Amino acid sequence: MAADVAGARRTPWVLLSPSLATISLLLIVPMLFIVVYSFWLRTATGADQVGFYLDNWIEVLGDRFYRDILFQTLLIAFYTTVICAFVGYIPAYFVANTRMKSKAFLLLLLMLPFWISYIIRTMSWINILGTSGALNTLLISIGIIDDPIQMLYNQQTVVLGLVHYLLPFMILNVYVSLDGIDKNLTEAAQSLGCTGFQAFREVTLPLSMPGLAAGSLLCFVLAAGTYITPIVLGGPRDAMFANLVFEAIVTQLNWPLGSALSLVLLALLGALVVIYTRYLGIDQIAKSFK
Amino acid sequence: MDDTKRYERLLTRFRDGDINRRTFLTALGAAGVVAGVTGGPMGMLARKAMAATPEQVRFDGWGGVVSEAFEKYAFAPYTKKTGIEVVSGTFGGADEYIARVKASQPGEFNLAHLSGVFDYARYHGLELTSELNEDNIPNLKNVIPTLVEPLRKITGGTISAVPYDYGTTGIAYNRKYISDDEAKAKGAKLMVDEAYKGKIGGWGEWKTRIWYGAMQSDQDPNNIQDIEAVWDMVRAHRDLALKYWSSGAELMSLLAEEEIYVTEGWSGRIKALQDQGHDIGYLDPAGGLGWQECLFVLRGSPMAACEELLNFMLEPEVAIAVAEGQSYPPALDPQKIELGAVIPTLPAFDPSGTLSSLSFFDPAYWNENEADWSKTFSRVQRGY
Repeated sequence: MAADVAGARRTPWVLLSPSLATISLLLIVPMLFIVVYSFWLRTATGADQVGFYLDNWIEVLGDRFYRDILFQTLLIAFYTTVICAFVGYIPAYFVANTRMKSKAFLLLLLMLPFWISYIIRTMSWINILGTSGALNTLLISIGIIDDPIQMLYNQQTVVLGLVHYLLPFMILNVYVSLDGIDKNLTEAAQSLGCTGFQAFREVTLPLSMPGLAAGSLLCFVLAAGTYITPIVLGGPRDAMFANLVFEAIVTQLNWPLGSALSLVLLALLGALVVIYTRYLGIDQIAKSFK
Repeated sequence: MDDTKRYERLLTRFRDGDINRRTFLTALGAAGVVAGVTGGPMGMLARKAMAATPEQVRFDGWGGVVSEAFEKYAFAPYTKKTGIEVVSGTFGGADEYIARVKASQPGEFNLAHLSGVFDYARYHGLELTSELNEDNIPNLKNVIPTLVEPLRKITGGTISAVPYDYGTTGIAYNRKYISDDEAKAKGAKLMVDEAYKGKIGGWGEWKTRIWYGAMQSDQDPNNIQDIEAVWDMVRAHRDLALKYWSSGAELMSLLAEEEIYVTEGWSGRIKALQDQGHDIGYLDPAGGLGWQECLFVLRGSPMAACEELLNFMLEPEVAIAVAEGQSYPPALDPQKIELGAVIPTLPAFDPSGTLSSLSFFDPAYWNENEADWSKTFSRVQRGY
């Protein structure tokens, strides 16, 4: 009997062992390497000096340059998240409440952008907003402007590219939340005298907050970790923290410094996820992928 | 006993109750760590991809028309003659490739089409250079000596690469907005001219930015006396620039779409734009920035096989076809080899074969300052 109980307890672990081994091999071990690397030093030739040095950490934590870029990164991620929340809520509400038969088709449309490479989607803005792009050509052809407007290569276009990339994540999360709300609740609120807007404000919106929060977390974390968008759509000054990691590792061949930088970003975004999980639960995000 | 067998035994012991769950998971985690450290499955994959055996050599280059030319004119006849297969790969940039090589095992990568002397010195600094037996590369005698000597100087008389082509990073400008006379009169300072604010571009690479900053502050780029004056010029350019480009394709797009009117540019790319009908001028200012590309053999490679391949690639037929494909003159000495009708029309081509009008990065000087300057540029670029 005791052996059966012990066997039953072991079974989940046995079943999990391939996953645990994979996570150990592909996530935990590489991360430990990065931690170890962050205490090494880069020599003048580009080779690494093995040892235990705190120089990289002192530089990363003590230098205002890194703090400023980190702050700029968080600010861009924040703007992106807020815009995604406002812009994404409306289509999510529409899809959740539509009586159209083609609801599945609408959901499919939401997934369509994922079929195209993120880089291609980002680069498409060059053809839309460029000096000889679609928008300038249209504005000139209908006589609104005489000369092309310079719209590309600034922080606004970086945010635009990120919104384009992350909007589907927000819509899906909000949609899942809205779809799970019992429609009788809003009807009950209206039957008790609420206007449609009051019912939305007092019932629908609060109940959809977990989805909005999950979408915001995803958008924020993904936006803060990106480096392609600033490269493609940003100007000379527009950089995010991940660009510094890329430069340290690839351009400067300074893997130890790059490791320390990436761990700072990881720790910061990890802390956000922990806070979110503590108050809202990570399972809300998983729902949107079901 | 292979890893699968070991895992099965461990699982059996766990199921039989010989070891507890904690021990089982600890052993599993330890196996993961060992696999990560020693290669494990990744190592096996790497060995599969590794082309260091005499049956194969691995070549990495820029892709596109260059790779096609190599495939057609060098790799196919080489394989036919020797039976050695050439596994061809591509990379997006020299920095990306050196990072990949640094993370690899010796022999995993063999030959690469790399940027000139500066990167050659970087590879040497990382102890990734090999020693070519020049007797096995008879076509090396046709190469411009000026291009070979800097390599010898770095590696103490021997070479780990053969020069293959050369070009310049000059000033490209849209003739619709900037005349040839204006470009000639202003030279490198055209790119810090307030009149073109928002219409200026530049390569976002620290070496080129500093080189041009030195020229704009009237200093010798290979002997900078006032680095602060250079940083001021880099800042001035940054504030006037619309965009730092990061690839040849992006450079061409920015100029062709008239997003920018002036930038530095790679001679071959500008030639390609001109051939497409764009009215783009190209100027190598006094002391213009020249560079060479070489075919580099990495440490741990099968040397005899690589040397034979290098000799194939230096055959005039191959080198000229590649040069015409990428619009950069080959490293073959025009005083010794007849280069045909197209090569003499390419920008940066020097019929004398001396390249005396060009300046190159002094590898010792630039490598000495690399760590400091590349890091400082990263800050200056972001507004510091």
